[in-house]
Amino acid sequence: MAKTNEETKFSDEQDRLESQSGTNTKIRYWEHRGNRNNMWQILNFVLLAAGSLLVLSPLWWMFATSLKTMGEVMSYPPSFFPESWEWTNYIRAWQAAPFTTYTLNTITITTFVVIGSVVANSFIAYGFAKIPFRGKSIWFAIVLSTMMIPGFVTLIPQYVLFSNLGWVNTYYPLIVPHFFGSAFYIFLLRQFYMTIPTELIEAAKMEGANHFYIWWKIGLPLTKPALATVAIFSFNGAWNDFLGPLLYLNDENLYTLQLGLAVFKGQLSTQWNYLMAGSLLVLLPVILLFFFFQKYFIQGINLSSGGK
Amino acid sequence: MGKRKLTMRRKESIYGYIFILPFIVGFFAFTAGPLLFSLAGSFTDYNITSQMDFIGVENYQSLIMEDGLFRTSLWNTIYYVAFSVPLTTLGAIFISSLLNQNVPGIRYFRTLYYLPAVLSGVGVYLLWMQLLEPGTGMVNLLLGWVGIDGPNWLYDPDWTKPSLILMKLWSVGGSMLLYLASMQGVSKHLYEAAEIDGASRGRQFFHITIPMITPVIFFDVVTSTIGGFQIFQEAYIMSGNGEGGPANSLLFYNLYMWNQAFGSFNMGYAMAMSWILFVIVFILTIINLKLAPRWVHYEGEEK
Repeated sequence: MAKTNEETKFSDEQDRLESQSGTNTKIRYWEHRGNRNNMWQILNFVLLAAGSLLVLSPLWWMFATSLKTMGEVMSYPPSFFPESWEWTNYIRAWQAAPFTTYTLNTITITTFVVIGSVVANSFIAYGFAKIPFRGKSIWFAIVLSTMMIPGFVTLIPQYVLFSNLGWVNTYYPLIVPHFFGSAFYIFLLRQFYMTIPTELIEAAKMEGANHFYIWWKIGLPLTKPALATVAIFSFNGAWNDFLGPLLYLNDENLYTLQLGLAVFKGQLSTQWNYLMAGSLLVLLPVILLFFFFQKYFIQGINLSSGGK
Repeated sequence: MGKRKLTMRRKESIYGYIFILPFIVGFFAFTAGPLLFSLAGSFTDYNITSQMDFIGVENYQSLIMEDGLFRTSLWNTIYYVAFSVPLTTLGAIFISSLLNQNVPGIRYFRTLYYLPAVLSGVGVYLLWMQLLEPGTGMVNLLLGWVGIDGPNWLYDPDWTKPSLILMKLWSVGGSMLLYLASMQGVSKHLYEAAEIDGASRGRQFFHITIPMITPVIFFDVVTSTIGGFQIFQEAYIMSGNGEGGPANSLLFYNLYMWNQAFGSFNMGYAMAMSWILFVIVFILTIINLKLAPRWVHYEGEEK
């Protein structure tokens, strides 16, 4: 029952967004507004269409460049369409560096980061949202205040800490901190937990369930949409992280895709066709993720703004 | 009865602390501990191999009085923040106001405008390095179409920072969605009432929409200011692996700190730098918070 409630709530949200998006209302809209308003609508549409071409053009350019021959890349003036479509650029780029190893390494790190982020932040956020305890507001203020601290202030001491632990050239510094929660996700999940009625948890407590059980059996399933958001955001963060691997990984066998790309750039310099092919392959999972799970991205943004 | 309730409450308290324990441990191990370490270390000549010797305020003194590169890096960073924060804020508000209308295909437009915001990392930086190539890149090709002779972007010290700002503008989608969500939350009645009073669209925008979204503008300005001061990855890649670009024009604060800490291993010096940055960001945030009541409108704050 509770589950269906949750789903209804979520799909209501989607409906709300869709109904505002105008697909259902556009005909009525064009008809019953006055001339002056119609002018505005047309101008608006033209601006959006032109702007979206501009926004998409870099991605098209990336794709087009990745298929050009080296001669064409260097020719002036450049063109938006490759003369011949050199699909083999992708194979060559992939083989020019140990990208398969980089990919496996990145997947390993990303998997652990996502698991850590989802479990730890959900656990912590449940405590902040659903258990009354003394000192809670102070601790929550501390959570929020950590968002204000520039990362570099703690970066050097963390490096000292991890190198004393012998963790340089291992994945531990990139993974372990994610098992201790981070302010943004705690805040986001707490917002979501707040929408779950307390009665549900009270009822479970009446029946003798403790908080661990309630978190596991009620909290986790009911917050699935928000957990998906956390999973996607943390996937994105770990997949695109350059600073962490740059600092902690020296052994080329441990390199991630981001580090690999940077090294690749150093080797290839201006061979933009291969560089763009490699970059596009690295960005591809994120692009696919975006198109499949768009609503979770948007939800994360909405939750983080403190909205409902 | 009373006693039972008390133990109940204590039990809840214990549970509460068990649940937030991971955060508390992480906070001490990865935030509070390191903060204290770097504060203490900033008064030493620590360089990771030797022991730490207390040298007083020497690091701070030479940073502020003598180090020309420190000044350059601070200037570069302030330049970047001063332009990128207002431009991205205005850009995001402008686009989201276009997207907050009923026109055909609006769903696709929203998706497309948001897409660049989710893309980040080295692949994107490499893409922009190619786009900004003076002769063979797309940006100058497009500028040429409208009769503008494009600059040398990443090769010209005057244009390197605008290059990064341009790249930043491409990905305003994240804050754009924040504004869009907040614009959709504005009550339709306000607009209807304004329309009856004969207010033009422009007036409606400036007198209803903008005031109603000021809390989000505030949030966006605060977070993007904090974020802007920490620019690192794009500068590192786009300046040729941390070298700082032509005439050190891309030597941002964090990049210089990185080079000091992990290039020259002047860690005490770098930690002093990190605390100066912390203080700057802190002061700016406090100023933002103090100025907020003058222009940020919270609905129902009279309650």
